[in-house]
Amino acid sequence: MGRLATAAGQEVIIEIGCMPVQVRSESSEFLQMIAERYSGFLNPNARPVFELNVDLVAPGRITEEEDLSVRFESGRWLIERGDLRAEWEPASRRGRIMQSPNPYSIDAALRIIHSLILAHEGGLLVHAASAVRNGKAFLFAGVSGAGKTTISRLAPPDVTLLTDEISYLQRNGHGYVAHGTPFAGELARVGENVQAPLAALYLLQKGPENAIEPVRASEAARMLLENVLFFAHDPKLVSLVFESACELVSNVPVYRLTFFPDGRIWEWIA
Amino acid sequence: MSAIYITRATEVAARSLDGEMMIMSGKNSTLFTLNPVGTIIWQSADGKTTLEEIVENRICAEFEVNPEEALKDAESFVNDLASHGIIVVSDVPISLAKPMLGGA
Repeated sequence: MGRLATAAGQEVIIEIGCMPVQVRSESSEFLQMIAERYSGFLNPNARPVFELNVDLVAPGRITEEEDLSVRFESGRWLIERGDLRAEWEPASRRGRIMQSPNPYSIDAALRIIHSLILAHEGGLLVHAASAVRNGKAFLFAGVSGAGKTTISRLAPPDVTLLTDEISYLQRNGHGYVAHGTPFAGELARVGENVQAPLAALYLLQKGPENAIEPVRASEAARMLLENVLFFAHDPKLVSLVFESACELVSNVPVYRLTFFPDGRIWEWIA
Repeated sequence: MSAIYITRATEVAARSLDGEMMIMSGKNSTLFTLNPVGTIIWQSADGKTTLEEIVENRICAEFEVNPEEALKDAESFVNDLASHGIIVVSDVPISLAKPMLGGA
């Protein structure tokens, strides 16, 4: 299951977006739960790019922060939410999470840390479903109710679903690569751990009939930014994410996809 | 009426996409899209040129507008952007500050 016994305890290596993360804990039960949760994304042979130690505590409130707080202080990111407190130091590529034995807190911390790392590499985490067809990746972005889960559910058998909730975009030259993620939405099904070059971004909305129309770059950037996972109000990070969104809409075709929720819409995606 | 000098705030990201200037506040992530006149004012906000000069030499030269009305609209526009921390307004010249990103 991708677990290794070490002198310091036990670990699993979770690889999302070609970024292996070593998660350590003294609890084998917790690691077993994590290994099952991320089963398609374990890579015990990968060389980790950063390490996370999980300090387990009894269930209950861990920080006073009601809402999620992500801030940069003294060379490290501090992530606080009622159920978790995490630190992540980019220079040493090490971090720790204090949480109870549950799979949700570490999942939130992983999303945030990945978004922070991606931001510095020109990539983005986006509220979007994504899928691969004929070797090309397609992104379907939209607010809750726009149809991400519906279009994922309607995908024909030749389509590989990367995610129905959180899309992972990595910069690759002037283009982007979409990776599968284990960050599931309403389908409660993790995506496939595959990747493909991003061919198009669709801004989703449901309607009485299917229609595709191109979107101006400025509007596309605005819509994309509304769907980017953006946790920290840090001016430098804002700048990086803004630049990444502008770059993406300048290099990838963006369309408004109005769809009637039945399988015919996939005849338009190829 | 005293002169109005304007310059771009430092914690601001800006980029022109298809001729439209997009600006995002680094402090609260608010996003603005400027129209062509707003874009000219933004691009001319060097802290040394007065708003009156920008309106007279750039806006009135390019658009058929009444100079007095154009100046009034421009004042309202820069005050609005200033209230969001996007632009700095002063009655004396301001030392040039670069935005967080180029693109302007």
